[in-house]
Amino acid sequence: MELYEQTMQGLHRQLKERKVSSVELTRAFLSRIEATDQAVNAFITVAAEQALAAAEAADQRIAAGQCETLTGIPLALKDIFLADGVRTTCASKMLGNFVAPYDATAWAKLKAQGAVLLGKLNMDEFAMGSSCENSAFGPTRNPWNKDHIPGGSSGGSAAAIAAQQAVVTLGTDTGGSIRQPASHCGCVGLKPTYGRVSRYGVIAYASSLDQVGPMTRDVTDAALLLGAIAGHDPKDSTSVDCPVPNYAASLQQGVKGLKIGLPKEYFIEGLDPDVQQAMDQAIEVYRKLGAEFVEVSLPHTNYAVATYYLIATAEASSNLARYEGVRFGHRAAETSGLIDLMMQSRAQGFGAEVKRRIMLGTYALSSGYYDAYYLKAQKVRTLIQQDFIRAYEQVDLLLTPVAPTPAFRIGEKTADPLQMYLSDIFTIPVNLAGICGISIPTGMSRSGLPIGLQLLGRPFGEETILRAAYDFEQATDWHTRKAAL
Amino acid sequence: MRFQPVIGLEVHVQLKTNSKIFCGCSTRFGAAPNLHTCPVCLGLPGALPVLNRQVVEFAVMAGLATNCSITPTNIFARKNYFYPDLPKGYQISQFDLPICLAGHLDIAVGEQTKRIGITRIHMEEDAGKLVHGQGGGSGVDLNRAGTPLLEVVSEPDMRSADEAVAYLKKLYQIVTYLGICDGNMEEGSFRCDANVSVMPVGSDRFGTRAEIKNVNSFKFVKAAIEYEIARQCELIEDGGKVVQETRLFDPNKGVTRSMRGKEEAHDYRYFPDPDLVPVVISDNWINRVKNELPELPEAKYGRFLSEYSLPEYDADVLTSSRPLADYFEQCAKACGNAKAAANWVMGELTRSLNDNGLDIVQSPVSPLQLAGMISLIDKGTISGTIAKKVFEELWKNGGDAAAIVEQQGLAQVSDTGAIETAIDQIMAANMGQVEEYRGGKDKVFGFFVGQVMKAMKGKANPAVVNDLLKQKLAG
Repeated sequence: MELYEQTMQGLHRQLKERKVSSVELTRAFLSRIEATDQAVNAFITVAAEQALAAAEAADQRIAAGQCETLTGIPLALKDIFLADGVRTTCASKMLGNFVAPYDATAWAKLKAQGAVLLGKLNMDEFAMGSSCENSAFGPTRNPWNKDHIPGGSSGGSAAAIAAQQAVVTLGTDTGGSIRQPASHCGCVGLKPTYGRVSRYGVIAYASSLDQVGPMTRDVTDAALLLGAIAGHDPKDSTSVDCPVPNYAASLQQGVKGLKIGLPKEYFIEGLDPDVQQAMDQAIEVYRKLGAEFVEVSLPHTNYAVATYYLIATAEASSNLARYEGVRFGHRAAETSGLIDLMMQSRAQGFGAEVKRRIMLGTYALSSGYYDAYYLKAQKVRTLIQQDFIRAYEQVDLLLTPVAPTPAFRIGEKTADPLQMYLSDIFTIPVNLAGICGISIPTGMSRSGLPIGLQLLGRPFGEETILRAAYDFEQATDWHTRKAAL
Repeated sequence: MRFQPVIGLEVHVQLKTNSKIFCGCSTRFGAAPNLHTCPVCLGLPGALPVLNRQVVEFAVMAGLATNCSITPTNIFARKNYFYPDLPKGYQISQFDLPICLAGHLDIAVGEQTKRIGITRIHMEEDAGKLVHGQGGGSGVDLNRAGTPLLEVVSEPDMRSADEAVAYLKKLYQIVTYLGICDGNMEEGSFRCDANVSVMPVGSDRFGTRAEIKNVNSFKFVKAAIEYEIARQCELIEDGGKVVQETRLFDPNKGVTRSMRGKEEAHDYRYFPDPDLVPVVISDNWINRVKNELPELPEAKYGRFLSEYSLPEYDADVLTSSRPLADYFEQCAKACGNAKAAANWVMGELTRSLNDNGLDIVQSPVSPLQLAGMISLIDKGTISGTIAKKVFEELWKNGGDAAAIVEQQGLAQVSDTGAIETAIDQIMAANMGQVEEYRGGKDKVFGFFVGQVMKAMKGKANPAVVNDLLKQKLAG
């Protein structure tokens, strides 16, 4: 097996036993990127020189007997994470020339272990999108079928795993942006509980929904990577100060005796038949493994998408106000005066979807509309949270599809934003509730596109969903399938 | 028509914390531009605010000292607007749940006491500063961005510029007493916006108000409000209408000018800041702050009257600032003569400080040095006249009063023999005046006192001189 096909835990063992060096590994991935990214366009920036220097440093650490889980592992970050000295664009023209002056906490933790940063991954601009088409650097293509989208917004992070361009990647998930592309690209994507991983140094889209998470080849890697980035950060007031369990240690406890809820609102008419079939098969696998199924109801599910597009856009309209061309980022040339400078810089720097969401959010917060839109959305958000709390009184976790369909074709939904928004219908409620969820490979469509399964846990219940995901992975081989590039 | 002015004030109090409200940068004034900055106060992508708890504690102190109720759960809100000195495109402030609500301050209006309501006090961050005209363009200095502020909003309870100034001075006194604000108005540590309207006398419906922004001295506040009242009265009398607008005061010309009208007013789109968690203030916390509050001006004033038997005027002057009161009290305790201490502090010391442009905390003469000198007067070692010389010496060269008196031979002479000799000589040399005195012209007595003191180089005990002169002149 090629080096770039392997999992993190496998490569870690080989690094530790000095069977391979980090420099060799890094070179292998850099040439893999070189060979494949023309077709996939997963990377916005490849930091080859810095990566090789980091790999050399990692090899010295390993030689000195200090080989932690991430030491010497070549990985890549969604281009929403600040990495000191590396261009960080958020896939926007607005930040096309922005070199980060500090490290995001999640990256800083990996860097401290000696991880190697290969580069920065494509995404929907400012994480706004479900297809990776809203990028100032062109769309990313699905490695399984290059006419299809990889999902979004962490499309580059998922595609890079599927194209074997990095061992692991980090994404962010505001309404499904880790889970949906993981599902479409056939990899594992975990959205932790809100507050589990620091958001410091992650460019904000919707602050009350954004969460950082791992994207990997298998569940064990996801557990290991989550353990490495999770924990309280004094620089993020919303990060929660509760102990980080050893996620990898409890993976093998199995699902026997666990009660799994099937929310009836998630198994609806119009669900793609291939997706429906994959779900039915997955439920059967779990039954055989000893899990018990219960039908539950999350009655406010229908309101989730509308609620999300009020809260997320409201927060975004404020979060994106700092991009006005005064201190950093794109500044329009030939402007007349201050207001014009700001207006032109924003008009030129932001793409269409970002502008659409800034306008939506501005409207939702405006005087006279605040109560009817933003405030009401917050109330509905509370109802959605309560739906989940009630469900978890009956069950240990929930099982749902990740997306109603496999990856759609590039350009298929760009003309109809509402259709695009609806593709996140099963992932959005999770962010509104602040709970955790994981997407794992669970089947293939007749046309050869991966299908994902979503397991949802209680707040800080990552151990349970990881353990259930691991058990499924042990019983199936979907995660071992590879896209032919 | 006669008009009744109605005034409400919004005061920005810069808090004296070491670091900024949402990051660890220094709040020090006067550094090179953008020296005290970091990703958080620069508003860089990805940066997040973390609340400085000292700010909350200072706000609770201010609330307790102004009779407010303290909100148990505090939410920070974003106030959204674009301006180059506002790095994030929004200011983190408080909106519908400010930390302090419904307080008041009592001010003196003539002989009466008047209660001015305080609507609310909230915490917020300051913006940066624009620096114009350097290198042909404008620059932004973000050293001040993120400096903690309290905004203290009064009810529209004031009816004249003098009342407004009295309220402002009272508030100033309280925040500087609490030690939560350095009180440096020139550097903008205490500045105010005044909402001014006028209505016909007897009416109970307020007129349309204008808001005068950012006035940073008591003198300017008075001038700005008086100008604005006159402008509005004149406007209405000429058949015009006051429009709701924001105005700026020009201290050079003494006028207010329109800055922006109501139609240009911002829609700030306040909403709870999702980057910050609610701040819960427990009763225990409030009680601890309450117990640790320093003595406030009113209490100190009362105590100075009773403990030191000072006249009201003295107690008022001496409690006008906490360092002055502390100075007086140390001095009074050390010399045991409160009235003398009060006189020296309010007289000679204050005069010398003013002449040299110094603040009480910069006084070259310490309270203990002054007390030592007062003790010498009380013991009869030196006279009041000599004391002024000793004070000058202390001011210029420092040292100890007793040592100065010793070294310079300034001790008072009470020896009747020496004084009698001097009197005899002076009477002999001025027989004409002796005759005048004996003929009933009492005024000449002063002349003799002066001559004797001069001959004795000011060191003669004045009481002894008086007695002996009276005896001798009587013949």
